Amino acid sequence: MPTVTYIESTGETLTVQIPEDWNLMQGAVVNGIDGIVGECGGSCVCATCHCYVDAQRFGELPPPSADESELLSCVIAERKPNSRLACQIKATAGLDGMTITIPSVQGLR
Amino acid sequence: MTQHIVVIGAGQAGLQAGETLRSEGFEGAITLFGNEPHGPYHRPPLSKAWLAGTVGSEQLAMRSAAVLERKKIVLKTDATVQSIDVDARSVVLHGGDRVEYSGLIIATGATPRTIACDSDARKHLCTLRSRDDASALRERLEQCRQLALPLVVVGGGFIGLEVAATARKLGVEVTVLEAAPRLLERALSPELSEWFANLHTGHGVRLVTGARIRQIAAVSHDAVELRLEDGRAFPAGTVLVGIGVVANTELAKNAGIHCDGGGIVVDDHCRTSAPRITAAGDCTSRRTDQGQFVRLESVQNAIEQGRAAACTLLGRSRPFTGTPWFWSEQYDKKLQIAGLRGASTASVVRGDSNGNGFSIFHFDDARLVSVDSINSPSEHLLARKLIESGRSPTLEQVADTSVDLASLLKAD
Repeated sequence: MPTVTYIESTGETLTVQIPEDWNLMQGAVVNGIDGIVGECGGSCVCATCHCYVDAQRFGELPPPSADESELLSCVIAERKPNSRLACQIKATAGLDGMTITIPSVQGLR
Repeated sequence: MTQHIVVIGAGQAGLQAGETLRSEGFEGAITLFGNEPHGPYHRPPLSKAWLAGTVGSEQLAMRSAAVLERKKIVLKTDATVQSIDVDARSVVLHGGDRVEYSGLIIATGATPRTIACDSDARKHLCTLRSRDDASALRERLEQCRQLALPLVVVGGGFIGLEVAATARKLGVEVTVLEAAPRLLERALSPELSEWFANLHTGHGVRLVTGARIRQIAAVSHDAVELRLEDGRAFPAGTVLVGIGVVANTELAKNAGIHCDGGGIVVDDHCRTSAPRITAAGDCTSRRTDQGQFVRLESVQNAIEQGRAAACTLLGRSRPFTGTPWFWSEQYDKKLQIAGLRGASTASVVRGDSNGNGFSIFHFDDARLVSVDSINSPSEHLLARKLIESGRSPTLEQVADTSVDLASLLKAD
């Protein structure tokens, strides 16, 4: 079970263990990270689980799908090179120690 | 009296309402009464990824117990509210306990409709709404697979078709019986209904439209037979009835709260006809400024109304007036709907409906009212923004894929 640290826009941080096979959106909402909404439950349709992945470790993740990239181009918070949708990142052992920063708003531009 | 907001219903709308109360700074007590054994959970995967076995049961939970504790939201499971006493500002639980409230949010959801038949046949019928429904259905699908008996889906709506797609994935033979002349008649335009019919038949589903069921009878220990008015008969190892839901309005009705249009009547702020009582989610029927009723059964509506219902009780205004949106997943196709089609007067396809991604734009005269997108998430998001902004493209602009519709949003 990888350990992941979420940093909310208020500066609050929470470090949690996330079961493998879960995704980082599930890991966030179930632990009460309110900055991640996950309205569609992880179907990659709503773009309400936008997050910024550790910039140095971004390359360790499998790249986003075409759908995810399309959605990321519509998010309301600034899209950065390390922007991802948390529902599309699977918790794997390799993620251990990863830091996920949450923008202050979710939704569409 | 101490501040205590009671929420009846621990689904998506009820949880959202409870959490919004806290995030908006409410410091009194919050109690969520849910009549299921489970805490709040995600319903959408029940017909898709969970039913297919690709996500686990733990992943259905919306919040851990620790999170609710931290937010000081008390969750009572297996707790049925029997009545609301508007004058005494209290609810009465099954068993007789009385709980006082300073504010009440009704988020009681809906119940699937079913079909009348005798008790031998009824054992083989199921509906899909709750986690327990889904567990039962999963067992039955496994049994169908083992015995090589078909699943018969009664009703070609979203739930029925999503289950049909999952059952095919699991290797179960599927027959869909739809009473209307086409699938998804209420939700989709004829061209998209046909597209979905082709999608399902292409995956080996036997599809029968105009199917009027005369009788369902048990033919063996493991199987039933569905007989149509025209005499055709279909065997089934199990029958999923997906013919819509009825809003759970009894509590409200018995308390004298105004119900109409198939639900508990609310305005944009989720106010009901009773003081200090709001309602949210599938149980509601929203009265528009034009006096019509809109009933939405969707995650978005549950979330947005949950927020509005909580804010109203705190004296804050956060009406829900956004563009409705819905989604469905069947096989490898994702349908997203923006807006309400109503009685649209023209439809234009954008993109290639034989290709992977395309959308159908629906107009009421020159005004864009709704867009159905298949595997085109960004076009769906754009559609929501276009509808919300009231900036309609022309029919010609939609048909011409070289026109960048997003540019309309930037225009003065």
